[in-house]
Amino acid sequence: MSIRIALAGNPNSGKTTLFNALTGSHQYVGNWPGVTVEKKEGTLKQDKSIKIIDLPGIYSLSPYSAEEIVSRNYLINDRPDLIINIVDASNLERNLYLTLHLMETKVPMVIALNMQDVLEKKGVSIDVSTLSQQLKCPVVLISALKETGIQSLLETAQNVIASKADVLRPDYFSPEVSKAISSVEAQIVNETSAESRYFYAVKLIEKDEILKKQLLLSDTQLAAITRIIEQLESDADDDTESLVTSERYGFIAAVSEQIQVKPLHEVTLSTSDKIDKVVTNRWLALPIFAVIMYVIYYVSIQSIGDLTIGYVETFFGWVGELLTNGLTALNASPTVISLLIDGALAGVSAVMTFVPQMMILFFFIAILEDSGYMSRIAFIMDRLFRRFGLSGKSFIPFIIGTGCSVPAIMSSRTIENEKDRRMTIILTPFIPCSAKLPVFALMAGALFPNDAWVAPSMYFVGIVMVIISGLILKRTKWFGGKPAPFIMELPPYRFPSMKGVLIHMFERGKSFITKAGTLIFAMSVIIWTLMSFNWQFQLVDQAESILASIGKVIAPIFSPLGYGNWQAAVAQVTGLLAKETMVATFGILNGVAEDSPEIATFVSSIFTQNSAYAFMIFTLLAAPCMAAIGATKRELVSWKETLMVIGFQCGMAYLLSFIAFQIHLFDLINAAFHVIAIPYVWMSILGAIVIACVIVYAMNQRRKAA
Amino acid sequence: MLTLNDIKMGEHVVVTKLHGDGPLRKRILEMGINKKTEITLIKVAPLGDPIEIRIKGYNLSLRKDEAKNIEVSY
Repeated sequence: MSIRIALAGNPNSGKTTLFNALTGSHQYVGNWPGVTVEKKEGTLKQDKSIKIIDLPGIYSLSPYSAEEIVSRNYLINDRPDLIINIVDASNLERNLYLTLHLMETKVPMVIALNMQDVLEKKGVSIDVSTLSQQLKCPVVLISALKETGIQSLLETAQNVIASKADVLRPDYFSPEVSKAISSVEAQIVNETSAESRYFYAVKLIEKDEILKKQLLLSDTQLAAITRIIEQLESDADDDTESLVTSERYGFIAAVSEQIQVKPLHEVTLSTSDKIDKVVTNRWLALPIFAVIMYVIYYVSIQSIGDLTIGYVETFFGWVGELLTNGLTALNASPTVISLLIDGALAGVSAVMTFVPQMMILFFFIAILEDSGYMSRIAFIMDRLFRRFGLSGKSFIPFIIGTGCSVPAIMSSRTIENEKDRRMTIILTPFIPCSAKLPVFALMAGALFPNDAWVAPSMYFVGIVMVIISGLILKRTKWFGGKPAPFIMELPPYRFPSMKGVLIHMFERGKSFITKAGTLIFAMSVIIWTLMSFNWQFQLVDQAESILASIGKVIAPIFSPLGYGNWQAAVAQVTGLLAKETMVATFGILNGVAEDSPEIATFVSSIFTQNSAYAFMIFTLLAAPCMAAIGATKRELVSWKETLMVIGFQCGMAYLLSFIAFQIHLFDLINAAFHVIAIPYVWMSILGAIVIACVIVYAMNQRRKAA
Repeated sequence: MLTLNDIKMGEHVVVTKLHGDGPLRKRILEMGINKKTEITLIKVAPLGDPIEIRIKGYNLSLRKDEAKNIEVSY
């Protein structure tokens, strides 16, 4: 069996950089089974028989987050041959806390002490040999960023693996705690292996409920352990959680006192502090944030992104031509050609056109993450978003969602808390993505030529729906209860490494292309088949196709919303493939080209203004496109939950669309707008933000009054 | 009882007791907020919550809901 080395460390400790340096491009990104925690594996650049497993960035091995549970299960159950523990020298004490935890698993370990340049500038140096002596564990000084010390790290690692020596660990618990650990160990001899017994014993003393259940202890054993804990607590006059933690930290404080050579004078304000003074300033924070977001949005969606879409379309046009010519030359039947070109290729290229935009977005997101600004965004926005059952970090997916829901849903991974993350995934598709805009533009042009506010108002509706749904979901059993705690490290600002940012970008892009690509391909073929054949499986005109007959069956569902004709129903169904295909559907149904002015005439013949507005609202809020549904499934893991989410989205869409049509929402707003016309998209967004602030303010007042 | 919520920006305090229970309390402990830990309040977010503190040489952000469980003295 090949040698397995697990890489463990705190978030922001340079772990990813070290992983990239060790494995080069030989890495595989997947998920840990059953959870959305990313699992990265690679082989060592120099020796392909050595596997490197990148554990998620964690602070301890207590089961606080999914990352920590995944990591400790791996260390305890799969026992790698070695742990390389990367320790950020500029944040020594908290990093060493994890180190002690890792030592308690008794897996052999080497510490990679990552010297950040920041530390050298501060004039602090670290006595590596004393650190190694104190921790009874080899310590190698490296710089993950400059890739120095990697060779000596690997040599040390191989020596440790080869020596198979007993794993030593420093003795930092007080005699009372040590005695209690031994007593607990004696209780669980049959349930645990010799190597992991110590880890379990310490965790049981720390009142780890999850492990307690895992071990399936008998009532007598549980009672005995409880007695040991109670005895310890009364002797120490402190609870065991606090006791064990502070003994670890006490040892660390003593060690770090011994090994850090500090400069004589107090260090002046660091560059990071200076940047932070401006960026999270009381008055400047929000404007700066808005500008950064606008620039990212503008560059990736509007300018460069828009430009690249043209290239991709040209490319796929060229591929389509080549394929048609080739197939014709091979005497393929027109049906096969149509299946491949109008079905599969059209569907796949519709999604692929978004890839350049997404890559640029991912590029910026990676910079935001690596630079440390992402956590400041959460810090700034948290207060506002908590009101709607979300966290500060939810803002990022929403911004990205104005471009495309797929990367937006994927970017929700940066939210640690499960509840917040799920809620964000559910609500993100309510933000109108760029593929919905052509639909709104068509409807607005056809039925509302004189009402400039109609298309932009979709942003407003979307944002209001996010807020309302957040408030509703917060009251359900899945999202209710106490708000999730928000304990987040604010890492020092760093200049992101280009290599890291690019690897990040390509990894995410690749996983989108492969996974969404296969799903889209399958769906495209299915929809094309439904659109081209009748129930007898004869090739027919679209108006007599299976899809049309399905449309006729489901059309009555839309009657209460004002558009019970089968064409509108079919458009909604094809919208599942990609929202912009709804425009094409109207075209095909009418037998005219996609950009023909007759579409508008046709559309205005099957809608009234009120039903058109209801149709737009439904399009905005209902189940997103296949690619986004695929992304939702990937992030939520279970199909059941994904279907529930889609059900919720469609339900909200139906309800709101119904209300809009029944109360003649368009007429109402139009009457109000006769007084003032607000033509710009950003004005309506601003309006929504103002309303959000007012709601928050009003709720605050009410709470204060109560 | 003086808690972390009663501290002004830039002030320096020492943790005397940690209230609350369960995984959240354990997390706060593990992030380095123990008895006798020194804390400096760096800043309050622009909208009044959360707060940013400095402990053991790094910066941590928590909400006022969490901070009220941290009893401190000067």
